[in-house]
Amino acid sequence: MQASPLASEILFHLGPVPISRPVVTTWAIMLVLGGGSWLLTRRLAVHPDRRQAVLEVVVTAISGQIRDVIGREPRSLLSLLGTLFLFLVMANLSGVLPGVKAPTAQIETPAALAVIVFVSVHWYGVRAQGLGGYLASFARPKLIMLPLNLLSEVTRTFSLMVRLFGNVMSGEFVIGLVLALAGLFVPIPLMALEILLGLVQAYIFTILATVFIGAAIGSVEKG
Amino acid sequence: MDVHSISIIAAAIAVSFGAIGPALGEGRAVAAAMDAIARQPEAAGTISRTLFVGLAMIETMAIYCLVIALLLLFANPYAG
Repeated sequence: MQASPLASEILFHLGPVPISRPVVTTWAIMLVLGGGSWLLTRRLAVHPDRRQAVLEVVVTAISGQIRDVIGREPRSLLSLLGTLFLFLVMANLSGVLPGVKAPTAQIETPAALAVIVFVSVHWYGVRAQGLGGYLASFARPKLIMLPLNLLSEVTRTFSLMVRLFGNVMSGEFVIGLVLALAGLFVPIPLMALEILLGLVQAYIFTILATVFIGAAIGSVEKG
Repeated sequence: MDVHSISIIAAAIAVSFGAIGPALGEGRAVAAAMDAIARQPEAAGTISRTLFVGLAMIETMAIYCLVIALLLLFANPYAG
């Protein structure tokens, strides 16, 4: 019998606060991402060397995707959505390393990310349309749609969380089961599939966050 | 039959029947996208991006069933 995927393992206590394994993994990823970005962007030049060229490819690709979705300059959204994407890629792929469990396979991390998306959707919406205009956009196309629009705000955040959690967790669960049933090298194709799924889920989470923010700032049709 | 064995059967039913609908839906979506790309290869980028987002939406239904099954197995509120 496997351990429950809904409970998280407590590693140590920081004063009265219990620190669980996904939190420690997240700290490590934050350290790698933050330190890596600091190291890589220390000496930026107009004529880029190889390291800066790779960075520019990554940043240009992400901002191009955002521009394709929302149809305007992605400058103000790039920091949030780019960080979200890079963090999710790192988090989903960290489960491949031996001894590391992906933090997105526990429900707390997807929940926190979904709350970040939920709050920033309203933040960007109010900033782009003003408070009155943003609130009025909930009553479109007719006032009778108001309860459904409000409900969809909650359910889509919930499904964002459950989708990421369910995909990553079920992948790890299946690999664990196959390893227990069949032995050492059998789950390797499943792990390759898990790498692909992790990348696709990171992409989908980011694109959906982009679509939600685009709907809130009024450049995408509300879906 | 106690609550435990009923929960195990219910979890299996939830996942197996919950997978049927999304599987049919995803098959139709991918077939339609293939058709569209074959007719208009220059629109392949937009079509596949929309397809991925749509597939994620469809797949959520299967994931909901999976979460229900896991709740039944690991966090059942009725099993003492």
